Amino acid sequence: MNLQTGYGTRSDCERYADQIHTLAGDLPDRTFHLMEVCGSHTMSIARHGLKALLPDKIKLLSGPGCPVCVTDEGYIDNAIRLARTEGVILTTFGDLMKVPGTQTALERVRSEGADVRVVYSPLDALEIAQEHPDRRVVFAAVGFETTAPGIAATVIQARDEGATNFLILPAHKLVPPALRALLDDPACRVDGFLCPGHVSTIIGSNAYEPVVTDYAIPSIVAGFEPTDILEAIPMLLRQIQTRQPRVETQYHRVVKPEGNRKALETMYAVYEPIDAVWRGIGPIPKSGLKVRETYAAHDAYAVFGISDAPFFKEGPCRCGDVLKGIIGPRECSIFGTACTPRTPLGPCMVSSEGSCAAEYKYGTGGEA
Amino acid sequence: MCLAVPARVVEITDEQSCRVDVGGSTLKINRVLLEDVEVGDVVLVHAGFAIEKYDPDTAAEVLDLLTGQ
Repeated sequence: MNLQTGYGTRSDCERYADQIHTLAGDLPDRTFHLMEVCGSHTMSIARHGLKALLPDKIKLLSGPGCPVCVTDEGYIDNAIRLARTEGVILTTFGDLMKVPGTQTALERVRSEGADVRVVYSPLDALEIAQEHPDRRVVFAAVGFETTAPGIAATVIQARDEGATNFLILPAHKLVPPALRALLDDPACRVDGFLCPGHVSTIIGSNAYEPVVTDYAIPSIVAGFEPTDILEAIPMLLRQIQTRQPRVETQYHRVVKPEGNRKALETMYAVYEPIDAVWRGIGPIPKSGLKVRETYAAHDAYAVFGISDAPFFKEGPCRCGDVLKGIIGPRECSIFGTACTPRTPLGPCMVSSEGSCAAEYKYGTGGEA
Repeated sequence: MCLAVPARVVEITDEQSCRVDVGGSTLKINRVLLEDVEVGDVVLVHAGFAIEKYDPDTAAEVLDLLTGQ
């Protein structure tokens, strides 16, 4: 793949950077904070050094858009408990392996002998279940709207094929309710959102309209190439300048106003909204998904009779403030000292898409 | 985590699946989240599922990216 001659031409980047400087020059003399909600945006911005192209008054903040980072300790503890249960194979996306619960992480539990397997797709977990009819295979179902429909489709397939030993432990999170929670926080200083591109392929750009109407917050659905992000920033600045907040889509290649209806139907056939706890942030109404009664036979919570005990850790880690864009990673007192990718204390350092991990690896101006 | 890659559909294998080409590698993916998938479509693949079709106007440009032309 040659990204240097496609979406990422140097002249395009320079043109957008010039537009950003011109537009910023016309804005009032203060700092404007633009939040990239998605972890993949955070990584792209860091990897390509995009912050270096921006004028001082335009700051990019990382948001809560990494599903691993916002997975609560109580959930990890339950996944670990199930992994240690006789006859269970726990399957998960690789991202979750190192995330600490209150005591330990799945990676360590596996090294102690538990059967924990990393899969690329929930369909791989279903295949494992069909290969081991004598074991119960639990899939740790973490992810935003991008991921939930595929997992829902897998649950439907498991039911249709009679794979009663395939269970999911859902900890899905929904993006629009989280945007509301961020804007409701008095410490919030976000002037505009770069909305997550791949979540939006599912929910559609229309899904942000109520938030934008209620909070008058400029919002652009953006893609992940450097040029996508650099094109989206002047679009945001124009909305700020003209004081006409609305939802616009830069990532037209795959994002439609209505989203993917079939994926949404599949998701809501299996799941229904539920209040959910976001690690470091706390409970957010109707921001998660639970398995509907119809599919209870595949719901590990129902089958094992467990629930997550929300856990709020007292300590020096300030991932919660980082996730809300209140501070940048380097403003946390343990960043790069007690907390590093080898010895992560907080989820933003554990996840490869976490804002602290991005700042540690690329070090391109994570100050707020 | 919401990482997704563009891929060109090369074969419809059964009601639920299709084969796609990603930069020269072929893999089987699930297509139940999309209404109509045809050979030649460029789709966005996430965790083993095709989650959206590319806008036909930009699909050619995306394919050029995939093949490095």
